[in-house]
Amino acid sequence: MSGLTKKFVALAGLSAFVAGNAVAAELTVVSWGGAYTKSQVEAYHKPWMAQTGHTIISEDYGGGIAEIKAQVDSGNVTWDVVDVELSDAIRACDEGLLEEIDHSTLPPAPDGTPAADDFLPGTLHDCAVASIVWSSVYVYDTSKVRNWNVPKTMGDFFDTNAYPGKRGMRKSPKVTMEFALIADGVPVSEVYDVLGTEEGIERAFAKLDTIKDDVIWWEAGAQPAQLLADGEVIFTTAWNGRVFNAVAAEDQSFEMVWDGQIYDLDLWVIPKGSKNVEAALDFVRFSTATEQLANQASWISYGPARASSVPLIGTYHDNPAIKMADHMPTAPGNFANALQNDFEFWADNQDDLNERFNAWLAQ
Amino acid sequence: MNATQPITAADGTPLKKKLAQAMFRSKLRAAGLVAPLLAFVLASFIFPIFALMWQGVHNNTFERLMPNLTEELRVWDGLSEPTEEMYTLLVADLRQNRADKTIGRVASRVNQELAGTRSLFTSTARKAAKLEPPYRDALIKTKKKWGEIKVWQAMKLTNQSLTPGFYATSLDAVYTVDQGFIMKEEKRQIYTKLFIRTLMISGSVMLLCLLLGYPVAYLLATLPLKYSNLLMIMVLLPFWTSLLVRTTAWIAILQSQGVVNDILVWVGIAADDSRFSLIYNMTGTIIAMTHILLPFMILPLYSVMKTIPPSYMRAARSLGATPTRAFIKVYVPQTIPGMGAGGLLVFILAIGYYITPALVGGQDGQLISNMIAYHMQKSLNWSLAAALGGILLGGVLILYWAYDRIIGIDNMKLG
Repeated sequence: MSGLTKKFVALAGLSAFVAGNAVAAELTVVSWGGAYTKSQVEAYHKPWMAQTGHTIISEDYGGGIAEIKAQVDSGNVTWDVVDVELSDAIRACDEGLLEEIDHSTLPPAPDGTPAADDFLPGTLHDCAVASIVWSSVYVYDTSKVRNWNVPKTMGDFFDTNAYPGKRGMRKSPKVTMEFALIADGVPVSEVYDVLGTEEGIERAFAKLDTIKDDVIWWEAGAQPAQLLADGEVIFTTAWNGRVFNAVAAEDQSFEMVWDGQIYDLDLWVIPKGSKNVEAALDFVRFSTATEQLANQASWISYGPARASSVPLIGTYHDNPAIKMADHMPTAPGNFANALQNDFEFWADNQDDLNERFNAWLAQ
Repeated sequence: MNATQPITAADGTPLKKKLAQAMFRSKLRAAGLVAPLLAFVLASFIFPIFALMWQGVHNNTFERLMPNLTEELRVWDGLSEPTEEMYTLLVADLRQNRADKTIGRVASRVNQELAGTRSLFTSTARKAAKLEPPYRDALIKTKKKWGEIKVWQAMKLTNQSLTPGFYATSLDAVYTVDQGFIMKEEKRQIYTKLFIRTLMISGSVMLLCLLLGYPVAYLLATLPLKYSNLLMIMVLLPFWTSLLVRTTAWIAILQSQGVVNDILVWVGIAADDSRFSLIYNMTGTIIAMTHILLPFMILPLYSVMKTIPPSYMRAARSLGATPTRAFIKVYVPQTIPGMGAGGLLVFILAIGYYITPALVGGQDGQLISNMIAYHMQKSLNWSLAAALGGILLGGVLILYWAYDRIIGIDNMKLG
């Protein structure tokens, strides 16, 4: 190595050192694994590490706030940034398990719009900043030849006469009960009002009764694509990004039905007592900037949480023929009949409905 | 020499005393060697179990975080109209919890008792700072629910830190302020059903393992070494393979487009459009669990059978017994310690299984351990998980006691 290059490397190292709070931090970022984590590594982790000189250790988990609670309660916090669902973010914040995030420190949009106005409504919370919008939809496999009309509505999913065969559904009352009510003719705007009443719950279970014998229940996010590819089921509910990934990266011929989709948010949170709070905040600010959110969308079909990112969404990272904007839950063609998951309803009723759902399953 | 004088060692001390000293030293050394293990078992096993069991009957979240209201709730009879005094104290506690960011804990705790109260607490706490007396009217104006007696009864119940409520829930009952314990309505009962199903599935897995494992263990113990070694490897290889790999392999074999169904269709036993459902139900759970737990039955059986001298069977035959009679009357009774050990091992492991049922269980293959995992990881209702676990532990201890009375624990041979 020549003397000049040596000096240059030393200088580059030093500047990274200075930029990163004088000490290079090691940040543990926890997410859901698979194609989703990969999209975050490519769009957030790598550029942030290059810019700051910090390192990121990426870990996978299965959701829920049990681990965060255990770490905070025992005073041994090893996770610095965690990707959680909205209802969990609200709940963990209420229980004092998370650091607060000051919204005014989030980077503004390129045109100067402050972050508070640029983020979509309901995506910024006291302790959490949303990165993506994801959705639960149902899917079928076009490569299997069947004599049927192309399924178009949520009602078709529940119609065993026109579409005989097994269906995959997530073994959880969340989303499943909403789907049942939408299929039973409840307008999306009234789903949670109906589900909040005893008759509404009975109605959802009655609708589910009509397909109970034909359902295969899945629990892990990777299962539905496998069930469908194996021909175990003709339809399955699934998360839209996973389905997109099976189509774009694994050449499956899956088709999503967007009618009655239920969308939700994924948000960054920082467990209280994290040893790298400053670096963690810096990472959250960096990764929720307009450009990074738009970049992530070229790896997986989850919609960015900022309005200013939407026009920047490009094509799939290794196939310019796939325009990512068309595959987002929020794309105009997909968003016609969509329902936002009501975190407050589920925070209140999750345990009760889960007990009833399991009792119903066991009958 | 005087016969009454005690025998002494070379240095004049009585031999008995000297011996005791030497023994004490070696005992101390033995205890010293065992001490780390004992400390480890105490710290990592006994203590956590008791700590968790304690959570099943004791939860002081409400009492600890609502210090003003707690005394007043204790003396309230649970039936009369709540007083203005109680509403005032409630607002004071809500304000404090809002400031401390602990309102979520209180809300979750009351929500366990009465579904739908979580948001009542969190949203009221957000507005608590602005409320003005009289607080009863102010609260009811914020949320109508504050006027309902059942919300106050739920608070009174959660205020009682030492509570039978979680065990009642575990047995599908409700603990109430005025009527004591009442059973839940039929369509809401879940835990007792799951306990019974868990026992049934574990029992059938144990019996299947015994039926399948007994001949294999017999072959292992009696075949010449070069064959039995090969057989042993075939038993141990799956034993060393990851649990998840074996479970997913069963999915590939048993699913409706899987190997078994393809063969059945090809042979003509099943029609192509009505294939058998072998997985995602109780059948699949029992098959996969039996396969996974089989080595735990074979190995103890084998170790017992290996010690039975072949001459016993020959003696029985020479005394005129038929081969079947000699097997049943002479061989089988000697293998009972192995059957007991294997049976108990398989049964106890099966009772706590949850990954396999979660993957292949479908709707009727769910076990009680899946609910315990749910309450530990998702709902964070650790007290209910502890109560469910406590009942499971109690059940296992009763079975162990019954086993000891019927077969005798001294007879058990683990290898």
